[in-house]
Amino acid sequence: MGKQISIRRGFNIKLKGTAEKVTTEVPTSEIIAIKPTDFPAITPKLLVGPGDEVLAGQALFYDKDRPNLRFPSPVSGEVAEVVRGAKRRIMEIRILADRKDTRYKEFSKADPAKLDRAKVIEQLLDSGCWHYIRQRPFSTIADSVEVPKAIFVSCFDSAPLAPDMAYTVGQDKDNFQAGLHVLEVLANGNLQLGISADGGLGASDMGGIAADRIHSFKGPHPAGNVGIQIHHVDPIKAGEQVWFVHPQDVVIIGRLFREGRYRADRIVALTGSCVSQPQYFHAVTGQKMDSIVGGRLNSEHSRIIQGNVLTGTTSSSDDFLSFYTNQITVIPEGDQPEFLGWLLPGFKKLSLSRTFFSWLTPNRVYNLDTNTHGEERAFVMTGQYDKVLPMNIMPVMLLKAILARDVERMEQLGIYEVAEEDFALCEFVCTSKIDVQKIIAEGLAYMQTEG
Amino acid sequence: MKFLQNIIHSIKPHFEKGGRFEKLYPAFEALETFLFVPGETTAHGVHIRDAMDLKRTMMTVIIALVPTMLFGMWNVGYQHYLAYGMEATLMENFMFGFWKVLPIIVVSYAAGLGVEFIFSVLRGHPVSEGYLVTGLLIPLTLPVTCPLWMVALAAIFCTLLGKEIFGGTGMNFMNPALLARAFLFFAFPAYMSGDIWTDLSPEAGHAIVDGFSGATNLVTFDVNFHNLPSVGDMFWGFEQGSIGETSAAACLIGALILIITGVGSWQIIVASVLGVLGMGLVLQGLAPADMPNHAMHTPAYYHLLMGGFAFGAVFMATDPVSAAQTERGKWIYGVLIGAFTVILRVYNPAYPEAVMLSILLMNVFAPLIDHMVVEQHIKKRLKRA
Repeated sequence: MGKQISIRRGFNIKLKGTAEKVTTEVPTSEIIAIKPTDFPAITPKLLVGPGDEVLAGQALFYDKDRPNLRFPSPVSGEVAEVVRGAKRRIMEIRILADRKDTRYKEFSKADPAKLDRAKVIEQLLDSGCWHYIRQRPFSTIADSVEVPKAIFVSCFDSAPLAPDMAYTVGQDKDNFQAGLHVLEVLANGNLQLGISADGGLGASDMGGIAADRIHSFKGPHPAGNVGIQIHHVDPIKAGEQVWFVHPQDVVIIGRLFREGRYRADRIVALTGSCVSQPQYFHAVTGQKMDSIVGGRLNSEHSRIIQGNVLTGTTSSSDDFLSFYTNQITVIPEGDQPEFLGWLLPGFKKLSLSRTFFSWLTPNRVYNLDTNTHGEERAFVMTGQYDKVLPMNIMPVMLLKAILARDVERMEQLGIYEVAEEDFALCEFVCTSKIDVQKIIAEGLAYMQTEG
Repeated sequence: MKFLQNIIHSIKPHFEKGGRFEKLYPAFEALETFLFVPGETTAHGVHIRDAMDLKRTMMTVIIALVPTMLFGMWNVGYQHYLAYGMEATLMENFMFGFWKVLPIIVVSYAAGLGVEFIFSVLRGHPVSEGYLVTGLLIPLTLPVTCPLWMVALAAIFCTLLGKEIFGGTGMNFMNPALLARAFLFFAFPAYMSGDIWTDLSPEAGHAIVDGFSGATNLVTFDVNFHNLPSVGDMFWGFEQGSIGETSAAACLIGALILIITGVGSWQIIVASVLGVLGMGLVLQGLAPADMPNHAMHTPAYYHLLMGGFAFGAVFMATDPVSAAQTERGKWIYGVLIGAFTVILRVYNPAYPEAVMLSILLMNVFAPLIDHMVVEQHIKKRLKRA
């Protein structure tokens, strides 16, 4: 057995609308779209134009700075349109998907156990699957010429209403295990897995990965964040790199090697209090959002989020399913003013502080909306962030160093170990309503250019 | 409520950009958000937010202050009738104090908030909630006989020089309310010491009783600590002093509210109590045996009950902006406040209100404490690497 880590600092936000363990097939929508903006820090260069026929797995565009980093089409069909935004930035590449059988670009099938590292990298780059491999620091797509210290996969998600990975990945277990073996080769054997001590995917589901590299975590969110797990298992030191992959992406990598094709369908959880029947859907990446949420919401006045309520991005039914999306959350918009709201007892309001009487009912499940519950102020309260950040890092000091653009201080205070998602709960609890994740993102971007 | 909302909605355009009173927008906004938690929604980052905001935080502190305020009002009346040797009911005591204290509170809020509003209009920043607490803290630290113009002056001084010149709530490095108290203490010593603690407005047909002394405990204690009131009286607060400071019991209720809600730092409160007890014991150990009345002989726990310590430790030292901000720093900060309070009380009879001075002193040192804690943290991080 690997390390057994118990995390005390953190918080589980209990929301209404957990997905029921039922999966519905979603037929491929007429138009699917790939959004280069899903990928951080790349400059897309097109390889196809409107009217071109593409196969599933065929590259649509590549990154200007790293030409071997290519991004494939999840379906076969005809490129219908390239949607551009301000300054001709490529926003979407829309494809008229084949209605019947998807035609796949063929890649070689291989038993990952028999491959060497160079071969694995080659196949991942050729097929355009490389972008599933991301790195810390900075949470960007990994650089294929680097050798990471380790590859981490967090096999559970502790975020609010998160999909149950034992259920989603469990539907494609063989490919998941094959994917893990691919990553083990890629990591020169140093593949580290994080599982939850409270159920979900267990050590026996990992297809023979050495038990001393499977670590169990106990405790509230953000225990499932890969950054927290890296921090507790093998922290990143200056100049080091750690790669990480999401379990559903491990499945897609597994398929690439076992089936010899790029098959980018996945299980997406539709959750939240505005969903009539929260459940799972089997859908293709790039799918029109409307095909999943359409007719399944119980409120007009709601916000559709790709991802969870802490780190997800605002979307709409006209949008398309993003590349890394495994969860869709729909919650009510909270744009109604509330009379003397700061004075009321607040039995239905969630707060980590005990200033609302809801603290007397710790097991209440909440129906929260998007209201900010107050306006932005200067830092006043102290010690709040520390209670929800289970890392050996002083959050407020780090944020202040970022605001001051003090590179040396940021390094000393541990900027390389963090990502926005690790600070999401700090942002949630913040009394002064400060945009913590935005500040962290700015700090990381600044370190990438200056550091 | 719809009615109120409609009114606000209809006059709002006048205050927005291009409106007639565009410049007064911060003032309008303060009023609007006071009445209604705005329907503002999250834009980037997290999509849901904790329900607590700064208004709620400040409101909680005010609720925690209510016991000291109510007790203080009662005690003002009680001390008054005691000085005249008159029998009075609980209600009479309270009502006497109520009418004496209310004007002080009103003036404090009016003057301080006036400055806040003017500043926010001039500087175009939103009115912050900090003064809601400061405005109540100032009266509670003053003797009831304090003239109203001095209250106003102190409120204006502390808002202006204690807070706004640094950029408003969250940017100040000293507790504004304490600064107001210290300002009056040094600027008008005649009004802040001597026989000023009891309201002696004349009562027809009654004269002040023989043997009445206007000295507070802290003065008594420097002469001969054996003359202090009983421990019970000091704990419950049946003694002379500033309006809100006399009752350690009321402060204890406030402390519990602050600690349970998580608004006040329990570390600071506990640390300052430990600091007082520790330094009190040390001094007791060193006390000269041939002078049995020397202040050093005072039992350590007396220091917790005397003067303004309880009030200062619970409501002033815990101000998150001017206190140390790191977890370890809070312990150091609190212990030093407690220790300095005892040292100043025992060795410097010229400044009996030692807790005020030691908190202000530690406010100044808090950034240094934090700096050292952060340096330690960085060293530890490096060692791990």
